[in-house]
Amino acid sequence: MLKNRIIPCLDVKNGRVVKGINFVDLKDAGDPVEQAKIYSDGGADEICFLDITASNENRDTIYDVVKETSKKCFVPLTVGGGVRSVEDINKLLSCGADKVSINTAAVQNAEVVLESSKKFGSQCIVVAIDAKKNGNKWEVFTHGGRNNSEIDALEFSKKMENSGAGELLVTSMDRDGTQVGYDIDLMSKISSIVNIPVIASGGVGNLDHLVDGIKLGKASAVLAASIFHYGKYSVKEAKEYLDSKGIPVRI
Amino acid sequence: MKITIVDYKSGNISSVINSFKEVAKDKVNLEVTSDLNKIKSSDKIVLPGQGSFKSCVDALNKINGLADTLNDFTINKKKPLLGICVGLQMFADTGYEEIETKGLGWISGKVSKINNQNGKYKLPHIGWNQISIVKGSRIFKDIENNAHMYFVHSFEFIPKDKNVILATTDYSSNIVCAVEKENIFGTQFHPEKSDKIGLQIIDNFIKL
Repeated sequence: MLKNRIIPCLDVKNGRVVKGINFVDLKDAGDPVEQAKIYSDGGADEICFLDITASNENRDTIYDVVKETSKKCFVPLTVGGGVRSVEDINKLLSCGADKVSINTAAVQNAEVVLESSKKFGSQCIVVAIDAKKNGNKWEVFTHGGRNNSEIDALEFSKKMENSGAGELLVTSMDRDGTQVGYDIDLMSKISSIVNIPVIASGGVGNLDHLVDGIKLGKASAVLAASIFHYGKYSVKEAKEYLDSKGIPVRI
Repeated sequence: MKITIVDYKSGNISSVINSFKEVAKDKVNLEVTSDLNKIKSSDKIVLPGQGSFKSCVDALNKINGLADTLNDFTINKKKPLLGICVGLQMFADTGYEEIETKGLGWISGKVSKINNQNGKYKLPHIGWNQISIVKGSRIFKDIENNAHMYFVHSFEFIPKDKNVILATTDYSSNIVCAVEKENIFGTQFHPEKSDKIGLQIIDNFIKL
């Protein structure tokens, strides 16, 4: 039976982890490679890096991070943030990323998704959708949540599936950082209209939220950042909890 | 020992390279190449594959003499080869991804799309699934039945001769996920992404 995945996400800026795990035995709390290794040793099903480097001149730092991480972590590695072109995707993949997530570029030009999924295979193309509720619909935002494209998130999801995306990483901007739980309505609606896996993101504050994301949100995988970073829960604890609630996980 | 990972521009193979480096350390002379002479002089070959069946077969055929060299290595010389993902799928006679495409024909059978039962099962089949070992094999040494492996695929290999099947995984139906025919081995899952247990399979292959 296919297991639901738990994916810890690390924000990386200029090659350093921004919000890291607070473990006392960490040699270097800002080292993304060391943090990724802790997660993979702890049973993370995948690792996700979100590059939030603002300036272009420091953007190459992510390539070194990916190179080093892929030599030490033998679970899938997804990298996103600032991915603009097929060439960017190619570079990340050749550094050792297994999947690349595309956000703004996918909204601006669906051809990037079409072309890259043809070239590298759908399995490595994740489209990251940042959605915010407006009335009774959700709108897609770009540029790290700064610009409203006014595109309907449900229609966009379907379009991305048809363009060759292998997975959708759906983040509720209303919930992100609030720790009150995923936007279940958004997750379940998108999950029911597409036939590709949906990864739920944004708003996790406790382990029941992960359960809800899978059971009610119909997500194939759940992504979380802060509950793992600050040592509130370990990946192992999260998995044991999900298991106790009857959710199939890899233990 | 010399092991060659065949680099025929079939997509992203860095994870395969990294995992073999991790397991082989200094014990193995590891080459990543499509150079025919280097392949010929290898003791073992790894055939990765990403993307579609057609794109992999096309990429392989683009390199003059590669298919013949691989054929000679496995069929005539009977030296060990490990196919991963589409690398395994290409063992088949025919693939039906995009359009009907001729495979290497090493293990008779076809590659077709997983039946998603009208959307009940999401495709690609992405994530960790358990393997059900149906037949013992040297590449499964120290691998427990129902071990978790990492999968990413939408197509499945259906061999004619069921005796080649080493393991299946349950997703919509029992999908063939590991095969062995004499010196030819293949996994549909990605040992290079399947954590310690996956690295064990790579170690087993190296030690064959």
